[in-house]
Amino acid sequence: MFLLPTRRQLLLAPLMLLAGCNAVVMNPSGDIAAQQAHLILVSTLLMLLIIVPVIALTLLFAWRYRKSNTAAKYDPDWDHSTKLELVIWGAPLLIIIALGLLTWISTHLLDPYRPLKRLDAQRPVPVGTKPLVVQAVALDWKWLFIYPEQGIATVNELVTPVDVPIRFKITASNVMNSFYIPALAGQIYAMPGMDTTLNAVINKPGQYEGFSANYSGAGFSHMRFKYHGVSAADFDSWVQKTKAAGGALNQTEYLALEKPSEREPVRYYGAVTPDLYHAIVNRCVAPGSVCMDKMMVDDANRVKADIAHKGLQKDEALCRVAQSGTEVSASLSHFSQE
Amino acid sequence: MLDHTDLTKLIFGRLGWDAIPIHEPILIGTFIMVALGGAALLGALTYFRLWGPLWRDWVTSIDHKKIGIMYMVLGLVMLLRGFADALMMRAQQAISFGDSAGFLPPHHYDQVFTAHGVIMIFFVAMPLITGLMNYVVPLQIGARDVAFPFLNNFSFWMTTFGAVLVMASLFVGEFARTGWLAYPPLSGILGSPDVGVDYYIWSLQIAGVGTLLSGVNLLATIVKMRAPGMTMMKMPVFTWTALCTNVLIVATFPVLTAVLAMLSLDRMFGMNFFTNDLGGNSMLYVNLIWIWGHPEVYILVLPVFGIFSEVVSTFSGKRLFGYTSMVYATVVITILSYLVWLHHFFTMGSGASVNSFFGITTMIISIPTGAKIFNWLFTMYRGRIRFDVPMYWTIGFMITFVIGGMTGVLLAVPPADFVLHNSLFLIAHFHNVIIGGVVFGLFAGINYWFPKAFGYKLDAFWGKCSFWFWFIGFYLAFMPLYVLGLMGVTRRMSHFDDPSLQIWFQVAAFGAVLIALGIGSMLMQFYVSFKRRNELRDVTGDPWNGRTLEWSTSSPPADYNFAFTPRVYDKDAWFDMKKQGYARPQQGFIEIHMPKNTAAGFVIAALSGLIGFALIWQMWLVAGLGFVVMMAAIIIHTFNYKRDYYIPANEVVRTEDTRTRLLESHV
Repeated sequence: MFLLPTRRQLLLAPLMLLAGCNAVVMNPSGDIAAQQAHLILVSTLLMLLIIVPVIALTLLFAWRYRKSNTAAKYDPDWDHSTKLELVIWGAPLLIIIALGLLTWISTHLLDPYRPLKRLDAQRPVPVGTKPLVVQAVALDWKWLFIYPEQGIATVNELVTPVDVPIRFKITASNVMNSFYIPALAGQIYAMPGMDTTLNAVINKPGQYEGFSANYSGAGFSHMRFKYHGVSAADFDSWVQKTKAAGGALNQTEYLALEKPSEREPVRYYGAVTPDLYHAIVNRCVAPGSVCMDKMMVDDANRVKADIAHKGLQKDEALCRVAQSGTEVSASLSHFSQE
Repeated sequence: MLDHTDLTKLIFGRLGWDAIPIHEPILIGTFIMVALGGAALLGALTYFRLWGPLWRDWVTSIDHKKIGIMYMVLGLVMLLRGFADALMMRAQQAISFGDSAGFLPPHHYDQVFTAHGVIMIFFVAMPLITGLMNYVVPLQIGARDVAFPFLNNFSFWMTTFGAVLVMASLFVGEFARTGWLAYPPLSGILGSPDVGVDYYIWSLQIAGVGTLLSGVNLLATIVKMRAPGMTMMKMPVFTWTALCTNVLIVATFPVLTAVLAMLSLDRMFGMNFFTNDLGGNSMLYVNLIWIWGHPEVYILVLPVFGIFSEVVSTFSGKRLFGYTSMVYATVVITILSYLVWLHHFFTMGSGASVNSFFGITTMIISIPTGAKIFNWLFTMYRGRIRFDVPMYWTIGFMITFVIGGMTGVLLAVPPADFVLHNSLFLIAHFHNVIIGGVVFGLFAGINYWFPKAFGYKLDAFWGKCSFWFWFIGFYLAFMPLYVLGLMGVTRRMSHFDDPSLQIWFQVAAFGAVLIALGIGSMLMQFYVSFKRRNELRDVTGDPWNGRTLEWSTSSPPADYNFAFTPRVYDKDAWFDMKKQGYARPQQGFIEIHMPKNTAAGFVIAALSGLIGFALIWQMWLVAGLGFVVMMAAIIIHTFNYKRDYYIPANEVVRTEDTRTRLLESHV
């Protein structure tokens, strides 16, 4: 569809051209992505304040002071003007101060780790709402989604209810990927052995595209999935359907699933081994392997015992080393609570 | 005792007949073309008896002017290779929709985009930048050569043998399929067990040594060898930017060397710096490579800012506006370029404060950059602008670069980056600044300094053709990518499902064809100019009414550049001399002390190339022997005491008299 250009659209012609095509980034369906799109518009407008005059002046000066125009003033030794220098440095500085402020505020407000405060511009998150947790794992080359509260899992299909905050926990099995659903929210890396978080909400029911936005090898181009935003009732019936579909995602099944493959069809698991995600992040799904967090706690405990044994408790630096073990074990218990 | 298979393995390592890609028609076709072209070149060299002159006057030359020209040739040749990769990508993405898989399977396509990035940055942009600095800086500061002439030759050949290794990967084995920065774990031994990443590592290690040493060399040259009177604040702006760039090179290339060394230790010796297990962390690599990688962007763009400063001032017939603020802007950019690397991976999940910090430091860089643009603008103001080809590129740059700068600042806003990171918007952005900035600047520089290097101007018609094809081609090729980025299309895809995207890729492919015509026009420009060289001859040595010292020499300059070292009183030293009625000295010449050619640089670099190849294929015996021979060559070179010679006074007199007669005959 093509819209008649208004004055504001003319100003933003390159961006507004996108109204005519499916520019999902500028016209998303989730509140976080909508705020990000708005930020792009505002920043661009702010910068155009200086970019447009510069381009216009370049063309104007190039034309006006061309050699054949002997009517124009020629001042070959003029090479300094304090006033102009002030403008030259001052104008960009003012714009960057404004943009810097905007950056500081928006980066904190839209921090993917920050729990949502609103469902959209009008509605705050109702008090006491618990976000839906989805654990997203980038495998070679497909996506695994675990719903720990529902006890189900899917491959290459994500379904969440609209207007409910979602809390994605994101990791990868082998190679770095990036979890991205443009209609929903900005991307976050999926990294092996690491755990990232993305809070988001979808506002309009519909089917959207999701994919890996970080090149990860041969099957990368097809590492895509469909994301469905559905009503709460539809979500519940989808969960029931998935549960009934049977199939259990246990360690053995995961290790088979993890093997590289391309263009995997959608798959459902009615049951999931508890703590599978924790084992994936800590790289201990394979039988007999020790989880990384456990190893770190053991290491720290050994250091602590060693310090005690040698009677070195007064050494601050050493105690800090020992302390790190306590922190890891604290985060370990925090992890399993999630 | 070694049995037969062990010995074969020791000599040939992983290399076997299966490494030759006979099943790839594109590669076989390329190989046949290269072989035919190479045979024709070798035949021509033999037929015209050019082997001797080639070896004596070029390969072993330590003259900064000749090395500069060789760097330029290397950069332009590699541009053809890198651009061929670009055309293949554009073609693949324009046709690979729905049921059509295109003509490049992922295995090949992934090598193509990796090679394109590596070649364009390391073996096109870097040699062209280094070549111009090499050629111009000593002439601008009134020096007879660089500080370490032998090192200069060695640096060039190291860069060249790095490029040779990348080219070898076309026909022996394969190149990396990791993207141009080879992030682990994908580039680790588990993700990429074949030789591709090893080709990547060793070609960059060898070329990196060359770059680092040439950085040291130019730094020492600029700091120590300026003509008397040329204080820091009287240096031409191009020399200033070259100084800052070489500071960046010296400070950051060791980081690249170290991080690639760690990656190769991971791959070859099972160490675990960047692996998923055993305590490794791949994000360490990502941090380290960008601590090099971001300053690298400024290594490329700063000298180009210098070129534009020279061009704008010369062709506007006016002193550069705001020299002092230009210098400070350059220095500020140099320092700030170290404080922004994390903006390449905001999406890693660092906290909001860390992301804001790096976002805001990035934006701050746009202040001095903006000041530079304004300074060029006000240099044009009240000027008398001559629209020769370099000025076309400059105007094209000023318009294009500010757009790229704007999208860059946009990407520096972390929440905006979350939706645009890794998308085609990002690709459009950095091509917008690298083509619109670095490439346009290099072409401005080539058109500007060509008459100095070869004694005749470049043909203006084909130069303008080249500009318009590039300029329009750029917008057609990359504006659709901005749009696609906003449509949520990510980079490095070899196939698409959504048919509505195809039209944008087709427009982009058409743009790439126009750029191909632009490159073709430039080659045509070289050919036509050579044919018309007598008409285009520059006898004065100062074809553009230049302002800096290089224009005081003949075109091309004598081996010794300056018979007498000039004395500098003004920023625009040569313009000042002309204004004061400078008369060329015509007598009193004395013999001139000059460095002597040597084959050592070529030999040691060739051996490094061989060792690199052996390490790639794990030919331990060859690598070991190569290392021993290389060390021997280095030691033998230290005993070479015949490093210099004197150009006799009567030869200087002869050269200068010829120029005097030439100048008199063309008054």
